[in-house]
Amino acid sequence: MTTATATPLAERMRGIVGAGNVLSSASDLVVYECDGFTIEKNKPDVVVFPSSTEQIVAIVKACVELGVPFVPRGAGTSLAGGCLPVGGGVMIGLAKMKRILEVNYRDRYAVIEPGVVNLWLTNHLKPQGYHFAPDPSSQGACTIGGNVATNSGGPHTLKYGVTVNHVLGVELVLPDGRVVHTGGPVEDAPGYDLTGVIVGSEGTFGVAAKAWVRITRNPEAYRTLLGVFETVDDATNTISDIIGAGIIPGAREMLDSLILQAVEAAFRFGFPLDAGAVLIMEVDGLDAGLDQDAERIIEIAKKNNAREVRKANTDAERLLLWKSRKQAFGAVGRLAPSYCTQDGVVPRTKLPLILRFIQEMGAKYDLRIANVFHAGDGNIHPIILFDERDADQVKRVLNASHAILDECIRLGGSVTGEHGIGVEKIDFMPKLFTPDDLAMMVRLRTAFNPDNRCSPHKMLPTAGACIEQSKAGRRAAL
Amino acid sequence: MTMTRTPLPTVAPERDAGIDYELFLDCVHCGLCTSACPTYVELGDENDSPRGRIYLMRAVTDGRIELDDAVQKHLDLCLDCRACESACPSGVQYGKLIEPFRIHMQTIGKKPDNLSWLQKFALYHMTPYAGRMRLALAPARFAQWTGMDWLAQKLGMTYLMPRSLRQMHEMLPPLKPHYGSLPEVLPAEGPRRARVALFTGCAADAFFPETNLATARVLQKNGCEVWIPRKQGCCGALHFHAAFDEPAKQFARQNCAAFGFSEPEALAKEVDAIIVNAAGCGAMLKDYGHLFHGAAEEDVAKLFAKKVKDISEFLIELGPIKPTQPMKLKATYHDACHLCHGQQIRKQPRQLLEMIPELQFVPLNESEICCGAAGSYNLTQPEMAERLGERKAKHILDTGADAVFTANVGCLIQVRRYLRAQKHEMLIAHPVDALWASYGGK
Repeated sequence: MTTATATPLAERMRGIVGAGNVLSSASDLVVYECDGFTIEKNKPDVVVFPSSTEQIVAIVKACVELGVPFVPRGAGTSLAGGCLPVGGGVMIGLAKMKRILEVNYRDRYAVIEPGVVNLWLTNHLKPQGYHFAPDPSSQGACTIGGNVATNSGGPHTLKYGVTVNHVLGVELVLPDGRVVHTGGPVEDAPGYDLTGVIVGSEGTFGVAAKAWVRITRNPEAYRTLLGVFETVDDATNTISDIIGAGIIPGAREMLDSLILQAVEAAFRFGFPLDAGAVLIMEVDGLDAGLDQDAERIIEIAKKNNAREVRKANTDAERLLLWKSRKQAFGAVGRLAPSYCTQDGVVPRTKLPLILRFIQEMGAKYDLRIANVFHAGDGNIHPIILFDERDADQVKRVLNASHAILDECIRLGGSVTGEHGIGVEKIDFMPKLFTPDDLAMMVRLRTAFNPDNRCSPHKMLPTAGACIEQSKAGRRAAL
Repeated sequence: MTMTRTPLPTVAPERDAGIDYELFLDCVHCGLCTSACPTYVELGDENDSPRGRIYLMRAVTDGRIELDDAVQKHLDLCLDCRACESACPSGVQYGKLIEPFRIHMQTIGKKPDNLSWLQKFALYHMTPYAGRMRLALAPARFAQWTGMDWLAQKLGMTYLMPRSLRQMHEMLPPLKPHYGSLPEVLPAEGPRRARVALFTGCAADAFFPETNLATARVLQKNGCEVWIPRKQGCCGALHFHAAFDEPAKQFARQNCAAFGFSEPEALAKEVDAIIVNAAGCGAMLKDYGHLFHGAAEEDVAKLFAKKVKDISEFLIELGPIKPTQPMKLKATYHDACHLCHGQQIRKQPRQLLEMIPELQFVPLNESEICCGAAGSYNLTQPEMAERLGERKAKHILDTGADAVFTANVGCLIQVRRYLRAQKHEMLIAHPVDALWASYGGK
């Protein structure tokens, strides 16, 4: 797009949302050239901030008329380039649509606009003892619109389910400007589960303008345990055994020895530095029965050669343990100037295999790799440490990353647990799916987005218009 | 389909702005800071978020964009509240980016002139000097005492004042009579547990003299001998945050000397702590080492900074004497930015308040979002300051509390102003005021 066409576009947008809600100067657009995935960059021609469904409709219709692509953006915390405006065009910034429209405690749902930050909803519900269950690590900043687009997970995913299990309905502006409603406050609506199809479509089906989400009662009590293990194998086997025994922990996070060193250097929590791995395990629910669950977990951990299992006796101790987990990524900065976080999934029982493979890749490519992740659902986040100024190292990081993701596929898993495909992992799609699978997905997208005007070139590789990946390491905090 | 690729710069960029370029690289662009930023929460434009501002500063430094008026507007709108530093998982030192960059903008003449000469005179030549400030406030104190001020407001006569003076007048809290001056050394009550020096500040002492008095008395009550060095001055924060580097350093040198840190053998060695009750001053005093980074004074400044303690931080470490007088109040607490983000002090002031018998403590939603005071921000960016002031007042009213406590002079003035705008009479004070009252002080 040239400046000559961009200016009337901006004018048109100003007519819809007012001058104060359109960004079009070169310096104002720079920050919108990427999200948390910084390898690929492209500036939109304009950024528009609508404040209602009607304004989104008007924006979309203008884009159709002028023949320009558009892409929605929430807080821009996504890690796979889902917000990248490929081909320029209009970026629809939803950050100003942040109202909580209705909360119904008796029917247990809330109606929200897409720009509501995940944690704001939980904070809003807190006085009544409720929360919004999907809790990605970025929940303090990411928007629920973005959670709907990427079907976000989080530490409590295994027990409480991912975003799709908590979205009852969506108001969607289709890429031709029509507005459709799928689902709603009533459970189990007849017909196709279109809400389920829309959640996780990474913005390729249209722009969500409203969502009906489930709200969840806070658990009455918690038991939080810290298991110390000599080896990563013992720790991961413990996880599988606990779930095999029928106990579904609210959360279970694993930290390996390299992460422990970083956390200890940063916060001095008193973790055993000679341990191979530690597990933070939490059971929650009704107070009665939790002690028995905790005892069973301790038993299982001991059977898997746990050196010791500590119990958090007070709320303060529990918070201290969680702080160490949640701030782990920040501490990694102490080990190396740059790091690259991968996101992959394997069946839970294959965790020992993939972790051993990761260790081998570290040795093969002469890289240090730390592991901290949601162990319960087999979602791994190997953190590869490097220095981005060393070109050879960057190349090795990329090779190791790809080898690890390929191994995830080989073990029957996938290349993303919660970050999404976006543009980052588009090349992996043909490895994960057959041409027929992909063709089916394209047909589904065509039903919503026939001209591929909304979020073009995301998620599904397009023949003849593929995006070549830059050969550089990525740095992201999650 | 082609894509524009902007490679990460690997060549040495221009260093005009005096920023350590490595500090830019700490930011991994994850965006977790955005929703902690008051201006982003209000405006929803990422150019007004910490990640956006870092991106702008880096783009200017890399020569990708011009430092034009639009860029400058986004950088000027930053409150320097450091909420982003608390939120950042990667440990980005945002203050060490924005502050040198602002000094750079000032040096190249890009600082906007949105303060009137009267406001500038008041800010940089009156406020930092406790004595001048007391004199300047004397007519206002007299007018409030006689009721003339109330009458003038009722009659709308304050609208006869020049706009800039009226802005400042609106901010003025009810002024209590000044306690005069305290002796240089106050003895400990009971067995001596510590020997401390008290930093009394400038504006705080003129606006809220009762808080300095309460601080000194509370310390005495807790077995501290209190030394109030006579030659101390403003902490320098007002100048430093407005990018006037040199006057700030002058004040820092003056304070190091006044507290006995210019000669290594002097008095300071015998002081257990330098106590400060204003969050903004405390954050500045604790940062003296950084202020003199690489300069001859650095070592002395670091020694000084190590001794500085906020009053609540110090009392909780010491183990405060239990207050006994009941206060039948529903109270809440607003986190001053320079206490919670600047000094990571959150629990201690709440612990002090919760010790008071019959005081019912209720949490405040968004307690860590800036109230809009931010030093001289309410004069330089009145529009955003007002939006944040109203936002804060709404949250305070939502708690249903009868009292709100906060540990910084700017917040006290701002919170009072916007609560008053909503016609609500409420007790607004420093936690140490409450503690002293519960000790039975007057």
